[in-house]
Amino acid sequence: MSQQLTQIQPMSQPVDIGDEVASFSAEVEAEIDRHLAKYPVMRSAILPLMFIVQRERGYLDAAGVAYLAKRLHLRITDIWEVATFYSMLNTTPVGKYHIQVCKTLSCKIMGEPGITEHICNKLGIRPGETTTEGRFTVSLVECLGSCGTAPMLQIGFDYHENLTREKVDQILDSLP
Amino acid sequence: MFIGAIGCEPLQLARVHLENSHSLEVYRQHGGYESLRKVLTSMSPDDVISEVKKSALRGRGGAGFPTGMKWSFVPKDSPKPKYVVCNADESEPGTFKDRYLMERDPHLLIEGMLIAAYALGAKINYIYTRGEYRYLIDIMDHALEEARTAGLLGEKILGTDFSSEVYTHTGAGAYICGEETALLSSLEGLRGHPRMKPPFPAVSGLYASPTVVNNVETLTAVPDIIRLGGEAYQKLGTEKSGGTKLWSVSGHVNRPGVYELPMGYDDMEKFIMEDCGGMLGGKQLKAVIPGGSSVYIMRADQIIGKDVRMDYEGLVAGGSSVGSGGFIVMDETVDIFESTKNLTEFYKHESCGWCTPCREGTDWLVKVFKRIASGGGRPEDVQLMLDLCDNIEGKSFCPLGDAASWPIQSAIKRFPEDFRKHLVNVNGGPATNV
Repeated sequence: MSQQLTQIQPMSQPVDIGDEVASFSAEVEAEIDRHLAKYPVMRSAILPLMFIVQRERGYLDAAGVAYLAKRLHLRITDIWEVATFYSMLNTTPVGKYHIQVCKTLSCKIMGEPGITEHICNKLGIRPGETTTEGRFTVSLVECLGSCGTAPMLQIGFDYHENLTREKVDQILDSLP
Repeated sequence: MFIGAIGCEPLQLARVHLENSHSLEVYRQHGGYESLRKVLTSMSPDDVISEVKKSALRGRGGAGFPTGMKWSFVPKDSPKPKYVVCNADESEPGTFKDRYLMERDPHLLIEGMLIAAYALGAKINYIYTRGEYRYLIDIMDHALEEARTAGLLGEKILGTDFSSEVYTHTGAGAYICGEETALLSSLEGLRGHPRMKPPFPAVSGLYASPTVVNNVETLTAVPDIIRLGGEAYQKLGTEKSGGTKLWSVSGHVNRPGVYELPMGYDDMEKFIMEDCGGMLGGKQLKAVIPGGSSVYIMRADQIIGKDVRMDYEGLVAGGSSVGSGGFIVMDETVDIFESTKNLTEFYKHESCGWCTPCREGTDWLVKVFKRIASGGGRPEDVQLMLDLCDNIEGKSFCPLGDAASWPIQSAIKRFPEDFRKHLVNVNGGPATNV
């Protein structure tokens, strides 16, 4: 499909790139190119590209944001304003395993409080905190679309459903 | 978890139990892409829109707008490119039907999108999937590649002159992006703020071009409408609500799951007490939120013995609405003050911050709920909450404000005792503003 890539520069200020700009391998660059090819307007690729930068760098750090601004021909502030809007984009470091426990109604009434308590006791942290060695972060998040298999949690992108305390132990103990 | 049809032959769930139901091979063995072939070889775009109108299919995302009418708003003479965007940003609490449709039958969605694209003349189409559903994006990407290789997607589909491409797109955790104009803002790479309507997306949507945004369940109904004919599809349901509907059931029932029921299924009590296996642990039913968290909560005595018909008109008559079809069933142990507090925290978290009534109002409501929950309730707090809701409902930029108000208003009206008991100062002494 023939597509014309348009560079959108919403205002006339120059593109302001920070001192340090992240760089990625040829494979990652190719992956980014594949996403850019989907859209007639480059800026549309901002969310898929942010997930790639986050995967490669752990979170959206200043160098990663500078890379996105450069790649998408946008200003640094254009990137930050999007990054800070969406709850799945991390602008501060999170643990290697980001445990996201669903706290919305169906999970709540099917046992979420006990699951959260169990995880926090096991890891010695409270929701919103990261273990000292940086292995686990625990967050309480809103509905993840797993209400019929509540309670549930997500680690990274993996769904774990119909949870019990025993099942949580198995999941956490089996992580590499 | 149960997945299947009750009271009708399964349409959208017809293939979900087959082994490798997600594969092109299984889909085609069971009649897959034959509706697309029929459309491309024997129907004009207007014929397709006319069939969808006859089917009385109404948007399954929550608003229930007639799909054929939405399609007919796209201007035919516009020189701009046209887009079909599938709303797979399923985030309404209690709703998980789209997830299983995409997981088990991704080609059904692709076929539905291509039929819509043909009807509207769209060359590029996007599936906007919530970011947490990453595994579904992988499934859809794989299915799209299969379809492309088989000549069902891309240039000259099925050897005809029709060319159209479908791409996946990821959201990143924002409930508001399920609102169609916010979804389009997000797809353009912006913060997910809703836009003023009019102009409606049909006239000026993605990249200011004519765009139709339809829910996954809506688009996956289209191949069956073409196969059966619009009239026959409509007759499976009621006059104003055609066809079948998927209901996500969660909470205190023995058999939660995704149920496909004919529109107008009779009735809600039978559905919960028999089809869903009755109440968990034999407890008493206390309340049901039948359409995802944003609709009015119903008391058990509005359901038991009341013959509430399960379609758009029936649920309104019963005191709520279909919404996204997310049933949250609650037993006698649930404190409706607590459940409403939980949902209000959800709306506060998900308010996009664009307009003042919703941004500030939901924040204030959570503060009041928290104060009451920590023992600082005052008798006038119920009126305070109703006043706050009144200042949000109908006064916000987009429907999220209404969605935040309705659960509170209906809960206070229908479960006043659950609120009243929290308004007695449990700490002793005069209640203070905590």
